[in-house]
Amino acid sequence: MNIELFFQYIAGGITYGFIYAIVAIGFNIIYNTTGIINFAQGEFVMLGSMTAITLNAFLPLPVAIVLSVLITMLVGAVIEILFFRWLESPTVLRMIIITIGLSIIIREIALAIWGVNVRALPYFTGNEVSSVSFWGVHISPQVLWVIGVCSMMVLALQLFFKYSRFGRQMRACADNREAARLCGINTKNMVTLSFVLSAGMGATAGCVVSPITYSQYNMGVPLAIKGFTVAILGGLGNSLAAVAGGLILGILESLSVWIMPSAYKDAIAISILLLILFFRPRGLFGRKEDLREF
Amino acid sequence: MKGERIKIGLLCLLLVLIDLITTSVARTYYLTQLTMSLYYTLVVLGLVLLMGYAGQISLGHAGFFAIGGYTTAVLSTYNLLKYKDSAVVKVSSELGLLTLRENLYGEQILSFHPWIGVLLSLVIAATVAYLIGIPVLKLKGHYLAMATLGFGIIVYRIVLGTPIFGEADGVSDVPPFVILPGLSISGQMDERRANYYIASLLVVVVVYLMTNLINSRVGRALRAIHGAEDAAESAGVDTAEYKLKVFVMSAVIAALAGAFLTHFNGGIGPSEASVMKSVRYVAIVAAGGMASIWGGLTMAMLLNFLSLRGYFGQYDDAVFGAVLILIMLFAPEGLLRVNPAGLLKNIFKRS
Amino acid sequence: MALLSAKGLNMSFGGLKALKDVSFSVEPGTIKALIGPNGAGKTTLFNLISGYLKPNSGVIVFDGRQIQGLPPHRIASYGIARTFQHIRLFPGMTVLENVMLGLHTHTRSGFLSSMLRLPRTRNEERFVREEAMQVLKMMGIEDLADREATRLAYGQQRIVEIARALAQKPKLLLLDEPAAGLNIRETRQMGILIHQIRQSGVTVFIVEHDMSLVMEISDEVMVLSYGEKIAEDHPLAIQKNEEVIKVYLGEEDAQN
Ligand SMILES: Nc1ncnc2c1ncn2[C@@H]1O[C@H](COP(=O)(O)OP(=O)(O)OP(=O)(O)O)[C@@H](O)[C@H]1O
Ligand SMILES: [Mg+2]
Repeated sequence: MNIELFFQYIAGGITYGFIYAIVAIGFNIIYNTTGIINFAQGEFVMLGSMTAITLNAFLPLPVAIVLSVLITMLVGAVIEILFFRWLESPTVLRMIIITIGLSIIIREIALAIWGVNVRALPYFTGNEVSSVSFWGVHISPQVLWVIGVCSMMVLALQLFFKYSRFGRQMRACADNREAARLCGINTKNMVTLSFVLSAGMGATAGCVVSPITYSQYNMGVPLAIKGFTVAILGGLGNSLAAVAGGLILGILESLSVWIMPSAYKDAIAISILLLILFFRPRGLFGRKEDLREF
Repeated sequence: MKGERIKIGLLCLLLVLIDLITTSVARTYYLTQLTMSLYYTLVVLGLVLLMGYAGQISLGHAGFFAIGGYTTAVLSTYNLLKYKDSAVVKVSSELGLLTLRENLYGEQILSFHPWIGVLLSLVIAATVAYLIGIPVLKLKGHYLAMATLGFGIIVYRIVLGTPIFGEADGVSDVPPFVILPGLSISGQMDERRANYYIASLLVVVVVYLMTNLINSRVGRALRAIHGAEDAAESAGVDTAEYKLKVFVMSAVIAALAGAFLTHFNGGIGPSEASVMKSVRYVAIVAAGGMASIWGGLTMAMLLNFLSLRGYFGQYDDAVFGAVLILIMLFAPEGLLRVNPAGLLKNIFKRS
Repeated sequence: MALLSAKGLNMSFGGLKALKDVSFSVEPGTIKALIGPNGAGKTTLFNLISGYLKPNSGVIVFDGRQIQGLPPHRIASYGIARTFQHIRLFPGMTVLENVMLGLHTHTRSGFLSSMLRLPRTRNEERFVREEAMQVLKMMGIEDLADREATRLAYGQQRIVEIARALAQKPKLLLLDEPAAGLNIRETRQMGILIHQIRQSGVTVFIVEHDMSLVMEISDEVMVLSYGEKIAEDHPLAIQKNEEVIKVYLGEEDAQN
């Protein structure tokens, strides 16, 4: 095995790992405030990157990205307000089915707007052949962008939950909705905020990885499954564990092409998902007490 | 019980009537799509039992359909001539399990008899469902949904990535399934009406068996599991066993539909195993009102027929997505149980 | 010989010790009450007996068999029926159907014979229906037979839940706070009902907060506090037991 190639694969694995982690954190944010697993989580990533690509045709890259993240956040808010806000104690089954329906509709709309073409944002710095080298290993600068932006997001999220008023209110909601409501927190707005946040994070991540992973209307479902795998791997609700889980999955997937056809790559994530669900549903990093009944 | 008998009688009458009408106005080509709809209806009925009555969601039922279809497709098309000297082939041939035929291009093909293909497809589906079911059915809610979805995707990836399953092209040139001399599952024009009646019979039989089941000791236990699993356990119901049995049963029904439809269509492609197909079955069950055999039946026939006739055009998937959302938002009890006045009042109250 | 006996039961949830070395026994034909402040571990003890939880250590013997750690349906088939602190009836099923489910362990029909409606199954179905009706009559709620169980008034739901448990023809009936949420009149009727149940030969083990009900009906009372058994005696003696008084007064102090 060529050591240079090995590190290339690791870099690729890290890129994918971060996007899985961000999707997983998106799951966590919404799950914590509502108890919903949003099956449409992957669509936020798709929407963010596709919108940015379109806007980038006539706007400078940074503006296009910021605008597309804002648009996706708006979509997140609209979805919550239209489809969830007014439901009175819906069953889990009902919510699963609604988010699945949403995922389909968003994908079909994307298909209608953008067609089946595979697209990509340009590299943020340099181009596909430029590289920075560390100890003789060449890595695309975009990988550094991915690592930097995603780490910043995770960090910012931690600070947000710890120190900002909204963040604290959201955590209160997650701990005990009824109590939070009695303390005068508008829990409904917190739920909307959680959709906005996870849409925004998904869209941002979608933009930074787009130059490497490319974007297509149907990228959401695999991302959702892998994000969920990672969320479960890390134990639902824990952001740092999600990053660890994401990196594990991304690197495993990327190294797997050595031993099996790449057509089966998706099967790795799903096998991990099934194994974890069967044998350790609280996740690798979760404690037993953290596991909530669905 | 008597009411159910009458309904089944009416269903038979309706199915015959449809045949008579389409034949008399020379629109028998409708029968082709009706037959296909009937097979998809079988899958939905199995899922009504699993999801509606026992309360266990499956987002992987297209996987079982595909297991049924692909098993019989491969067995009845894979040419064994080059292995004709091997012991296994010889023994199979002695036992009369093989048939020799000529395909479209005049090539000689020695393959398993479709009877073997269909029976094996049921056995394999049952085995897979059993093995998967043991760990999966311990899960609930989102976990169960994701695990079954994961199973469905694995089946999809396997048929899409494996040469013997024809990868993206699927398996074609699947021969007719001769059930008895003179009676076969095939898409040939002159067998259209016979095939419509075969599929109708299957649906009627499954409806009959299911209505009996629902109104029995087992049916009560299944509904109890749906309503309050812990209380069902305390009343002595082995919930794990019941869930497993009903899961296997609905998987076998799906595989049966897949196997028959594959012979009817003369082939099967990977789209039959796709997540979207599984979601579609769930959508139809939801539209029918979950725990409703007749609702599921009606919606399955209606939506599949419209879809197969191409009424939804390029928005086919979008239609099913929209059905899912709208039903779950406004009519979680199913379309047939909507009370329009109450619904309107509810909507206005909300806004 | 005791119908139910337990020795050295321990149960913890993470760091929390819900039961500490609890031992006791229930004599056949008696009514035994289990009392204790909120969170004392009463429901946990019931969950151990009925198989919903597996004790960390300890032995439970019912009717000569060790049952700790067995699945609930198995324990039910040995003759233990229970009700739940939070009523657990089956939505979408009638009162009669709810009670018919109680006869599950006394019938056999499986998937195949049910689907085919074999003569044996039909006979069995008739038998189940009649038996269930019988139970409803005994409880005086036969006129509710065709109502949807979960839409009944709260007090009636409690009765239906007990009817379902009785349809199991248990040797031992576990009642988890059967009088919770009932008014005074309903509580008195509940007392009479429990008496009748004992009269019919069923041993009763009951968790209850209503002290006058407990003192009135039970032959023996056991007291749990923070997972520990602090007393086990006749009702009158329990009322005078200093430690018990302290626990209950302490609780009232805390509430004031
Ligand atoms: N499944 C569980 N997981 C974690 N902790 C539990 C679980 N079940 C019970 N507990 C804890 O064990 C302790 C005993 O609970 P239990 O329900 O047995 O009390 P109880 O005596 O029935 O109280 P109450 O009178 O309120 O019903 C409580 O502190 C409770 O929070
Ligand atoms: Mg309790």
